[in-house]
Amino acid sequence: MAIKVYGSDFSIGTYRVLLCLAEKDIDFELVTVHLASGEHKKPHILARNPFGQIPAFEDGDIKLFESRAIAQYISRTYADKGTCLINMDPKKAALEAVWIEVEAHHFNRATTALMWELCMKQFLFGQNGDEDIVNAEEKKLVSVLDVYEARLSESKYLGGDSFSLADLSHAPMIKHLMGTEMKRVFDAQPHVSAWVADILSRPACVKVFGVPVY
Amino acid sequence: MTIKVYGSMFSTATLRVLLCLAEKDIDFELITVDLASQEHKKPHMLARNPFGQLPAFEDGDLKLFESRAIARYISRTYAGKGTDLINPDPKKAALEDVWLEVEAHKFDPVVGKLVWELCMKRFLFGQNGDEDIVNEEEKKLGSVLDVYEARLSESKYLGGDSFSLADLSHAPMTNFLMGTEMKRVFNARPHVSAWVADMLARPACVKVFGVSAY
Repeated sequence: MAIKVYGSDFSIGTYRVLLCLAEKDIDFELVTVHLASGEHKKPHILARNPFGQIPAFEDGDIKLFESRAIAQYISRTYADKGTCLINMDPKKAALEAVWIEVEAHHFNRATTALMWELCMKQFLFGQNGDEDIVNAEEKKLVSVLDVYEARLSESKYLGGDSFSLADLSHAPMIKHLMGTEMKRVFDAQPHVSAWVADILSRPACVKVFGVPVY
Repeated sequence: MTIKVYGSMFSTATLRVLLCLAEKDIDFELITVDLASQEHKKPHMLARNPFGQLPAFEDGDLKLFESRAIARYISRTYAGKGTDLINPDPKKAALEDVWLEVEAHKFDPVVGKLVWELCMKRFLFGQNGDEDIVNEEEKKLGSVLDVYEARLSESKYLGGDSFSLADLSHAPMTNFLMGTEMKRVFNARPHVSAWVADMLARPACVKVFGVSAY
């Protein structure tokens, strides 16, 4: 198979790439990297991602890492296949690019610690999250989602009228947090809540994550 | 003037955008936003960047924020003008995207703290940097630059044979740090050191930053 994804469950970056491939109905082979045994820090994976992280990606002789770069590659290279993830109109694509950056910096920073406290600690060590950290991080998430609520009051999707990579990029983290007490933060904002329901019920999300339980 | 940049010369993100415009020899108007009086948090600026940060950007009726999104917009929209900042070959552009993400996620968090401690605290408040933070971040910078050294041993620029947005994106923070004790971390690695010297000697860098002092 030309396309290989080296990744794992509970890896937001891996899911970001799998969602792109699912939106575009592209075949690929998933090569599981065992985080628990530190496989991502072993030489054969460091050769693919020098920072020892997942996912890593291969399409024939192209080898990439960094899930957002991989997502851009898939969206552009397979522009004609399945869902169009980058708007053909460069001005609209520019707005999508803004919200791709907002996800990478503001949303990511407001959610990574919550993912660790409320999902990863349970999965990896059977531990509960630290309440003080969760409370502090929740406030940051609320502030960020206030901005999203304002944006989504103006347009159906972050980049404009159409679903794009800007929205997709958020789905893995949102999916995980909607299964935790942080659901209330997303549900508290009506436009954000509608947007979340819409993106998580997309066939590609259902295929990668399963039917939303909430 | 169609293109307006709302920013500050103390903002590395603003400088990222100014470098793009300089590389492409594009005219623009710089509207200085006064950080000291918190102008970036005032309503007229929040209307342009809802996170209250710099820069904001305008090209005719298109309004953008997030410097890396703005840089991509400039690179694509003005592709025929001045330096080519995104490789027209999609496979090569994909490698450039990888290193753009590395800049955003691995390089920027570390150098951002160092620039704050060693440059901004002095410019803004006349204060010295916190020694413990500087020591800790210097170690992290060393680890990150080890990966860059390996990459730059294989290719002249981060994305491949040609200078691209992937390299340019590093220039503002690097320029600040080369004027501090952190210069030693870059200079300890021969390929990184050569890449820095090459980049900061570019006419666009000289135009935006002035002649390199080191």
